[in-house]
Amino acid sequence: MEATTPAPPRPKKGRSSDALLEALLYAGAAIVLVATVYPLYFIAIASFSDPSAVGNGQVWLYPRGFTLDGYKELLKHANIWVGYRNTILYTVTGTLIGLAVNVSAAYALSRRDLVGRKAITLFFIFTMFFNGGLIPTFLTVRDFHLYDTFLVMVLPFSVAVFDIIVARTFFRTSIPAELWEAAQLDGCGNLRFYVRIVLPLSKAVIAVLALWFAVGQWNSYFNALIYLQNKDLFPLQLILRDILITNQMQSSMGTGEAAQIALRLANMLRYSVIIVSTIPIMCAYPFVQKYFNKGVMIGAVKE
Amino acid sequence: MNHRAASGNWQRAFGRVGRNWGLYLLLLPAVILLLIFTYRPMYGVMIAFKDFSPALGITGSPWAGLKYFEKFFHSYQFSITIRNTLLISLYSFATFPIPIVFALLVNQLRANRFKRAFQTLTYMPHFISTVVVVGLLLILLSPGNGLIGQLYGLFGAKAPNLMGSSALFSSVYVWSDVWQHTGWDSIIYLAALSAVDPSLYEAATVDGASRWQKIRFIDIPMLLPTAITLLILRVGGLLGVGFEKAYLMQNNLNLSGSEVISTYVYKIGLMSAQYSFSAAINLFNTMINFVLLVLVNRIARKYSEHSLW
Repeated sequence: MEATTPAPPRPKKGRSSDALLEALLYAGAAIVLVATVYPLYFIAIASFSDPSAVGNGQVWLYPRGFTLDGYKELLKHANIWVGYRNTILYTVTGTLIGLAVNVSAAYALSRRDLVGRKAITLFFIFTMFFNGGLIPTFLTVRDFHLYDTFLVMVLPFSVAVFDIIVARTFFRTSIPAELWEAAQLDGCGNLRFYVRIVLPLSKAVIAVLALWFAVGQWNSYFNALIYLQNKDLFPLQLILRDILITNQMQSSMGTGEAAQIALRLANMLRYSVIIVSTIPIMCAYPFVQKYFNKGVMIGAVKE
Repeated sequence: MNHRAASGNWQRAFGRVGRNWGLYLLLLPAVILLLIFTYRPMYGVMIAFKDFSPALGITGSPWAGLKYFEKFFHSYQFSITIRNTLLISLYSFATFPIPIVFALLVNQLRANRFKRAFQTLTYMPHFISTVVVVGLLLILLSPGNGLIGQLYGLFGAKAPNLMGSSALFSSVYVWSDVWQHTGWDSIIYLAALSAVDPSLYEAATVDGASRWQKIRFIDIPMLLPTAITLLILRVGGLLGVGFEKAYLMQNNLNLSGSEVISTYVYKIGLMSAQYSFSAAINLFNTMINFVLLVLVNRIARKYSEHSLW
């Protein structure tokens, strides 16, 4: 296959400075690539290795003393799986709510015949720079009886103004005003036009926003830390925080044989849990990659 | 404008509002959510000027004037949190050109397959959660058996405890951010570069421009408007080091270098329940950020044609 790909045109007589630049370029790219990927690769191979081999520095390029103990250890921790389930639920509902709320608002704001458009836009933009801050927001959530509920994770903070601006710009540039005028003549109302015409034409921007919401939901721990108390509602990230950070600081204190074994298991668990919690969300990106074209992204900077 | 024309305008406007009621319905959920969970708390900010007690409510609590602001200014934590916050955000601000350089580099890669693989792989860390990133740092930077410990061990040296040092906290914070987000942050610049008219490069080649000259005189000017917009937005957050990562990276050893305004607000507000004091610190922070944003936008408007508004 490679032979059929035409070689990119090159200047016939390359200047020596250009050749040097080319060499530096690929050398730089290679260094950047290794520096970016190696830490992740290391965790992956360490998760399949004997922890003492990892501790001795024998694991560099491939797993040593292959074992699945880390993953078996994972199965023993019920709270990880409860967290996993919760995170999936939060991610799915949060993404759906986020899309419904923000894409709809963005479409309305993209219409130039919307009376009061400037004022409403300002109403949204203002919140990018000003907010009540932690405590007043916390008190409000409590006043509305959302503290320690499923809903607090997916509803109150689902408005994303930056995403609205991106989607609004997309609608402006890719849904021609004539389309609405024609639909209107046929007696089509705004809502029907939005659902039947606008949404099907906007898969690209919807896919991009869905990815942003899903990644945000999957990875966030702040709202859970502030607004949740019931362990059965904890998302994966809060459980991970215990395993990776809070316990790490404690376990490094102990000595003695029992402590050694516990430390060994804790170490293995740490690698496997990183892999299991991170792979799903990383897999989401390639599906959406094709939509990250200039159309959507330039919209983000233009306005 | 005479009376009749004015009333005609109003009628037309009302007509358009009525005809477009569907659009207002589409806006409704977002507007309601913002009103309740963003604007109502803004009203609640007044507890920063009150001796708030939950039993009396926001309006019922007695006024305290600027008591809590003064308390913060005179507190031992004031200079520490401000210094740490400023240091970390200025440090991180200084890494602002890195995604630009990165985008220029990617844009120069000719081998298409390599380019695509390079991009996909360098975006990956962006999708890792803050919790996992800090967990990674703890594993890799452990002076005993972490990667860094082994690296120093090769040279027979003893590795510094990067995660337990207040002096090195900002470096670890900023460079791990660079590691995580550079690839992703460059997307926006790459999009801007893909909009360059190819005939510009052709013309430059005909004129005998070197590759470096094409970067210098075509690519970089092309990126400038995007860079300035993002720069201004960054300045608006200058006194706002995010809570999530700083809080996770904190431990007893590095606390004097890692306590920033947002983590302090959390501790005062939710851990020791001093609501008014916490709200006052938070408000002070927001005000400074807003002033900075307005200031920089004004400067940008004066010296170039690019600004936010």
